[in-house]
Amino acid sequence: MAAVSNLKNMVLSLTLVCLVCSAVLGGVFAVTSAPIKAAEVAKTNASIARVLPAFDSEPVRESISVDGTDYAYYRVPGAGYAVISTVSGFGGPLSLMVGIQEDGMICNTVVLSHSETPGLGAKCQTDASFIDQFKGWDPASKRLAVTKDGGDVDAITASTITSRAYSAAIANAYSVYLIIAGNE
Amino acid sequence: MSKLGLITKGLLKENPTFVLVLGMCPTLATTTSAMNGLEMGLATMFVLILSNIVISLISPVVPDKVHIPVYIVVIATFVTVLQLLMQAFVPQVYETLGLFIPLIVVNCIVLGRAEAFASKNSVGDSALDGIGIGIGFTLTLMVIGIVREILGSGSVFGWKFIAGDGILAFVMAPGAFLVLGYLMVLFNKLAKR
Repeated sequence: MAAVSNLKNMVLSLTLVCLVCSAVLGGVFAVTSAPIKAAEVAKTNASIARVLPAFDSEPVRESISVDGTDYAYYRVPGAGYAVISTVSGFGGPLSLMVGIQEDGMICNTVVLSHSETPGLGAKCQTDASFIDQFKGWDPASKRLAVTKDGGDVDAITASTITSRAYSAAIANAYSVYLIIAGNE
Repeated sequence: MSKLGLITKGLLKENPTFVLVLGMCPTLATTTSAMNGLEMGLATMFVLILSNIVISLISPVVPDKVHIPVYIVVIATFVTVLQLLMQAFVPQVYETLGLFIPLIVVNCIVLGRAEAFASKNSVGDSALDGIGIGIGFTLTLMVIGIVREILGSGSVFGWKFIAGDGILAFVMAPGAFLVLGYLMVLFNKLAKR
């Protein structure tokens, strides 16, 4: 049934299969690369729109290095800055986008990616009473740390570590904002 | 075996999860909700059907000694195609299933069906086998997902009917093992009749 397993046949069949497969992948990649980029841009823009007040300018992506860590942020003229801040949470990296208005107040935050425990830490994405406390937060007068650590953040029940990471991510974003604002 | 039998055997006699006990990694990891289970099942079914078709077409000309690498290359190609398509057109689904999409390559069901069925049968029968096993896998994952979602979050397909949190353990790994174990017992008891 199958072809004889001599060297020529084996090399030939593997080479052919690999060639055809890479051609197929190349084709699919060419077709999908534009929609994938569009989907990523749409996702970023949706996040920016959620963390900052309404704006009609085009967000500009920039990056800055603070204490050896690179932070990416979006400058949105007329609205403020959307800073991406990643810290380590309970189950892995927790990445937030923090919207800071031009007056230094935090407008809103959104989780970009996380690996927190479902049903516990993962609530940092859905628990409105936790997320909404950061809306209009003034880091100059309220401390970004959970109440257990002497700060002003009400932690999610049974998820202190996640809440701590979330607060730290916002605090990092704010210090990045201070540097950006100080440079201008 | 009749054409219909090829499809229904994937549901009962050769149910990939409860009888063959293959592909446990995605089964345990992605069934946190009914929707996740359904989506993972459909993604696997896509790869299963296409790889079965292609492998049954090329198996007569592939030398025996290199058939496994050839099959893996074919399967990996379809998985990558699926991954790119999902990233482009259903990014939300891709985000929830994340890592488990590339892991379909090493799902024993896919290579298992390629070895055990597609390489020995006609293209049509292999496609039907892919559909049957795919439906079996999808339904099983969905059922596990439904049970875990009801117990763990008090909802079905995101529709919440019990207020509050539910039993969190069922959303996490221990609940996956418990639900899988009990459903397996139940399935095999009913199937033996």
